[in-house]
Order: sequence, then C-alpha cells, then structure tokens
Amino acid sequence: MNTPDKTDQPITIIGGYLGAGKTTLVNHLLRNANGLKLAILVNEFGELPIDADLIEAEDDNLISLAGGCICCSYGNDMVAALMELSQMHPKPDHVVVEASGVAIPGSIAGSVSFLDGFSLDGILTLVDAYTLLEKASDTYLSDTILRQLSDSNIILLNKVDLIGAPALEEVQNWIAEHAPQAQIIQTQNAKVPLAVALQRHDSFSTEHASSQVQHIEGFETEFLSIEKPVDAYSYGTKLIAKHPHLVRAKGFVRDVSGMMKTIQIVGKRLDIHDAPQGVKQGIVLISQKNIPSM
Amino acid sequence: MIKIFKAKKILTMNPAQPEAEYVAVRYGTILGAGSLDALKGWGEHEIDETFADKVIMPGFVEGHAHTMEGTLWRHVYCGYFDRMDPDGKIWPGIKSKEGVLERLKEAEQQLDDPDTPLPGWQLDPIYFDNVRITRQDLDEVSSTRPIGVLHASGHIMNVNSKALELGGFLKPGLNHPGIPLGKDGLPEGELRGPDVMTPVGIHVGFGRDMLDCDERGLRDFGKLCVRAGVTTVTDLAARLQEDSVDMMLRITGEDRFPACVVPLRFFHGLTPKELVDHAESLLGQSTQRLRLGRIKIVSDGSIQGFTARMRAPGYYNGAPNGLWYVAPDQMAEIYDLALERGLQVHTHTNGDEATQLAIETLENALKKHPVPNHRFTLQHCQLADAAQLRRMAGLGMCVNFFSNHTFYWGDEHYRLTVGPERAERMNACASALENGIPMAIHSDAPITPLGPLFTAWCAVNRITASGRVQGAHERISVEDALRTITLGAAYTLKMDGEVGSIEAGKRADFAILEDDPTTVDPMALKDVPVWGTVQGGRIFSTADL
Repeated sequence: MNTPDKTDQPITIIGGYLGAGKTTLVNHLLRNANGLKLAILVNEFGELPIDADLIEAEDDNLISLAGGCICCSYGNDMVAALMELSQMHPKPDHVVVEASGVAIPGSIAGSVSFLDGFSLDGILTLVDAYTLLEKASDTYLSDTILRQLSDSNIILLNKVDLIGAPALEEVQNWIAEHAPQAQIIQTQNAKVPLAVALQRHDSFSTEHASSQVQHIEGFETEFLSIEKPVDAYSYGTKLIAKHPHLVRAKGFVRDVSGMMKTIQIVGKRLDIHDAPQGVKQGIVLISQKNIPSM
Repeated sequence: MIKIFKAKKILTMNPAQPEAEYVAVRYGTILGAGSLDALKGWGEHEIDETFADKVIMPGFVEGHAHTMEGTLWRHVYCGYFDRMDPDGKIWPGIKSKEGVLERLKEAEQQLDDPDTPLPGWQLDPIYFDNVRITRQDLDEVSSTRPIGVLHASGHIMNVNSKALELGGFLKPGLNHPGIPLGKDGLPEGELRGPDVMTPVGIHVGFGRDMLDCDERGLRDFGKLCVRAGVTTVTDLAARLQEDSVDMMLRITGEDRFPACVVPLRFFHGLTPKELVDHAESLLGQSTQRLRLGRIKIVSDGSIQGFTARMRAPGYYNGAPNGLWYVAPDQMAEIYDLALERGLQVHTHTNGDEATQLAIETLENALKKHPVPNHRFTLQHCQLADAAQLRRMAGLGMCVNFFSNHTFYWGDEHYRLTVGPERAERMNACASALENGIPMAIHSDAPITPLGPLFTAWCAVNRITASGRVQGAHERISVEDALRTITLGAAYTLKMDGEVGSIEAGKRADFAILEDDPTTVDPMALKDVPVWGTVQGGRIFSTADL
C-alpha cells in the first residue's frame, strides 16, 4: 500500500447493488459538501438528478458544479478517469467513486492502491433494507452481494423507513453476521452526515481539536487527549475493541519509536502511517448513538 | 453492364439449386445463378472468365470479430501460431521465450528514436510451459524505450523497466494481486487485468481507446477480410462516438473498401435508456457498407481467465465464480427497451450461469413484448448444456459459438478450467443444429485469426492444439459448417435476405476459392486457398491488395 501523502487525494468508494441508493447518496453529498470540493466519478450520468441551477458547465464526460465540485462519468475505464483527475488544477479535496451495481469495491480499492496521488479513505456500501435479503438469496446475485458487503468498512442500511422493526432487526443481524468487519449505519434516503461518509486526510490538526469535535446529529463526537507515547497499532486496535459503535476516528499519536503517527479508522479498518509535521497527540472519535437494541 | 462469371463450381447455399456454373451480376446485385442459357435471357452481357478455374461461395460472414485487429498489426506479432498480416506476409509462430525476445530485438533495430515505444501482441505463454517474460528480459531488448507485449487474452501485458517507470510502477511497496513482485520488491513486469495495464499501457502504445480502430487499421482490416474470403464482418464492441462513426462511414465508403462492416454499440458506460437511444439514433446513418443500430452486452468474463459466471459444479480447479459485467436488472431493462424499439441485442455469455441469466431474462422480456423474429443472439455461449439449447430454441434465440476455442484452448479447458466432461460439450454445434437453433461460429479476431474456413474446420473436426479430438459428438458436417459461415451468420445479423447465399436479388458478395471445400479432405478444409473476394460486384484479388 502506498503511504498516504499529505497531498494525496482521499478516495471514498461507494458500492452497492442497483436501487440501494448510491445515486441518492451522491446527490446528498453534493448538496451538503459545505465548501469541500468533491469530485464524483460515476459509471454513467444516467439519472443523476443534479439540480440545474448547480450546473455551471457540462460536456460529454464532465459536469462542473457550483462550489467547485465536479462530476465525471468513467464509462469502462475508471483508472484512466482517475489518472486524468490527478492532473486537474485545482485539485478536488476528495474523490468519491460510485461503483457500478455489480462491481466488487475491493477491486476498485486495489486499483487506488497503485495510483500515485490518491489514497483510500474507505469503502461505503449501501444496501436496501427492504430488498437485501431477497437479493442475497438470488441465484445470480448472492455471491456478488456478499463480496460487496465483506469488502466494506461502513454499510449504510438504507430505506429503513420502508420496513417494520422486526424485519429491520432481521436484516441488521444478517449483515452483522455476514460482514462482521463493517460498521452498520441505518439511514433513510441515504442521509448520512458528510463527516461520517468522508474523512479528509489533510487540514486536520489537533491544534484545532476542539473545532473537530462538532455536533453531528445521531452521532457522538469525542476528543481523546493522549499524553504518553503509545504503540500505535495496539492503541488503534484497542480503540476499535473498546468502542463498538465507532464509525470513524482520526488523530495523531507519538509512537514508542518517538515518531508521530497518524491513526485513522473507518468502520473497523485501522490505517497507520507517518504523521505530517507539527501535529500534536490527540484523536477524535465519531460513534453512533441511539443504536437500536438488538 | 451485366457480367456473367464463369466458375469451376458455384456453391450457392440455395437448396433449390445447390451448385451452378455461372452467376450473373448487374450493379452489384445477383441476377441469378445457373446455366449460361438460363442467364442469357437477362440481356446484353459479357462473360468474365477470371474465375473459370475457381470455386465460388457466398462471401463469408464473420459474426464476431473486432476491427482493432487491423491496428494491432502495426505492432510486433509475438503469437505462437503462424499468422498472416494484412499485406499477406506470414509471420511464423514463436515457440519459445527466447524467440519472442529475438523478434522484439529485430523490430527494435528498425527504430531510430530511442524513446519510441515498442508494442507487441498475441503472446501466449501457456504454449511454452507458462514461462514468464520478466522486465529484465525485456530490458535486454531495450532499456531506453518502453516495451509492452499484450497477451492473446488481451488481459495481461509484460513490460520492461522503462515502461514501469513511465507508468509510475517502478517502486517498492505496491500491493496488488495483478502486479506480481520480484525478490527485489519491485514489479516483475507482468501486469494482470485492465485496471493495472492502463497506467503503463498508455506509454507503450496501447491507449485507452484500444477497442476502436483507426483509419489505417480499418483499411488494413479490410485487407484481412479479403484474404479470409470475408465480405461481411462485425465489429462487435464499438463505442461509436461521433468522430468514430464519421471515420467508419468515410473509410467504408471508399471505392476500394472491400467489406460491409457491422459495428454493434457496446453497452458499457451508458444507462439502458441512453444505450438504446444511441443505437436507435445511429440506424439512420447506415449505408451499404456500414450497418448501424445493433447492441452488444457483455454479461460475464472469460473461461480461461476464470471470470466467466459458472453454475454448479463451478471451475474444475476450484477457482471461485467469476464476475458479472452487467447487473441482471440492467440486462432486463436493455432487453425490454430494445424489444420495444425493435432493436437487436447480442449478448456475450461465456459461462453457463451467464447463459442461463440471458435465457431467463429474454423469456421474461418476451412475455411483456412478444416480438416475433427478434433474433437475439448469444455470443460465445461456450458452455451451454442441452437443456439450455432446447430453451433457446423455444425462445427463437440465435447462437454464435466460439469454435476456434476448441483448437486454441481446448486442452486448457479439458485439464484446468472446466474439466473433461464439460470441455467435450463446449461450443455444441451439433446439438444446436439438432434443435434448429440458427447458428454462426466465430474467430473473435484478434483473439484468434479471422478465417471462416479455419473456424469451419474447428467445428467439423474439433481438434485441439495437442491433436486430440475433443467432443466428437458435437462435430458437424462440412456442408453444415459452410452454411454456418455464410447464411447462418447472416441470419444472426438479420442480413440473410441480402447476403449469405448466391441467388437472384442478393448482393454479389462472393468468396473466391482455389479449391472445392466440399470435396477436399475435411482435415484440409482450413488449407483451401482463398483467391480473394467479390463484394457488391467489385473484384478484390489478394494478389492486388
């Protein structure tokens, strides 16, 4: 794996079968980008209902949106589209790849690993609470759905409003059993806070830790200050074990070697790499609250 | 005005008159075949004896090829089997890794500028014990210019250090199953899978639009058609962007372009509605020699790449099931829309699970849109079993089998991919004909060489590269094979009313042969020399290309 560079563009992969809500999520992110310049890569523009007043310019493969966001269609060559994106000035802050409905997100993550200038933020897979169990037992689709889920860091269990509590519990338990590595978040209309869906790699320093501890509806944000050097790997592993509802974490620790390390957690995936210059120890955690008791 | 060609024999594919001695042609259209007396009645004519000692067949129809082969011939041929280039030169097959490096060195010495890329193609290491070509091997050819050799599958490439460097891959720490590393932690030089090939491929001469062929490539492809006796040929996965369509219209419209090209709009990167809209919008641009308005879906991967979708019992070597390249619901939407608009869809299915999905999807779509004569065609369809073929017959589907696979990869399928029993039923021509399924057989050029007589030979003899007969019960007769490469393939393109046989009213498209394929030893079918073609009444001799 490439060591993420401070200038690397983070990539979040959005997976899930047709109808799970990928396009809805993309639109939700664009509407709530809040100054973040997003580059969204979609397989095809299709029915992407971008509000006309947001569109500044449009050609065959690229739509420029107000606020500096762009949307590109990559057709059958995602790697080439990412390579073109890496040449773009100014660089987008964050890249979101919407995978096709039968794509295996782990393979896309594999491609990100060898491309200079990008590093993987995480894999978010959407599932339709109403149809998941049916799709997962479909002759043609079951193994594809399972591979999509087992590649994910965060699973958005979407459209929870469409089913009753007992059915929802059944779906939630089924996912937990088949994708124990992922954190499951229940959503309606794919409405997930931006800070939960995407995590930026740069412009994050514990000097401003208090500003990172923002209020996120439905989530709990806390800041852990750390005084002593720690073993970064075991510290991160313990964080995951101790916080069963942890969705994301990001911060810096002084490793026992004396080096500052960045710790990053998405779902239950831990990523450790060398920290940028001048950061201080401390870590911000975002956890789910009000988890329905199951 | 009226020309009456005399031949040694004309094989018409018209059951009312299977053989004839003369064929009359006016303005590119056949007036009739038969005796000179029967044809004289058309009026003033001249008799052309050019083919007096030749055998004339209907021009061959290749139902699954890609015009990109024309472009590939500008790269170094590194294949294991002898192969003829557009200019008629036969490049001997290379039987060892050393031989490949030697041929690359020869080509390298022809280049002046030390930075010019050196691309090669059609490498297939399975024939020399899977010995891999490393970047160090290729560095011996050149360390200054980027070198990349594409495998016959099109999905693997071997490159030198310079190419890795230009693609940003000459560094430690890469961790990807498609990039094997050497002991030094750097890539060995083999790149597996299109995603991995892209960043390096663009530096060695394999750009991202590899599926599209360019002007010279299309003209060269036309020459290959003449050499193979082909007068109608598909370009089975084209993106058909505006400039590409303009180019194809221009080149195929040239006086001396020798074939009718049928490009199918590739489904990827469009929603079903956009796809169907685009294919429909192209219909009106069709000409005599460029036929637009058909759709191609790829549903799964390849059997030898273990990416085909298989039903139980799966791959013989235990590999996990392959990949879907189209979502089942998308396929359903495309089928629905296409049937509604009267457009034809050809669907690539390699594994039997992919075939099953296409069958069930079409069955459901036909309940909603009971379109007669849809002629939806399964391409490759290599592993279809007896029940699937019966169901296809019931639905009015057509099939285009990849018969050349039996020769080129039959041994691999037998011992590695699907095992003996299913290897013997692959590309089940006899079963399809028995079920009355309209059938074509194909080369998938450039994957294997364009050559309908060779493809017919494969279906007739079912001999593998090691010389075994594989699936004797699926062999078909020479007569059936010849009908398949003419009228059969034309039927799958809905062109059987205009080409595919030599009868009154059809286009004067002929394959001119030096020998009679119905009387030679069936084992010699592939060796019947092709003199050239007649397309739309225009004569193309291989000697004058």
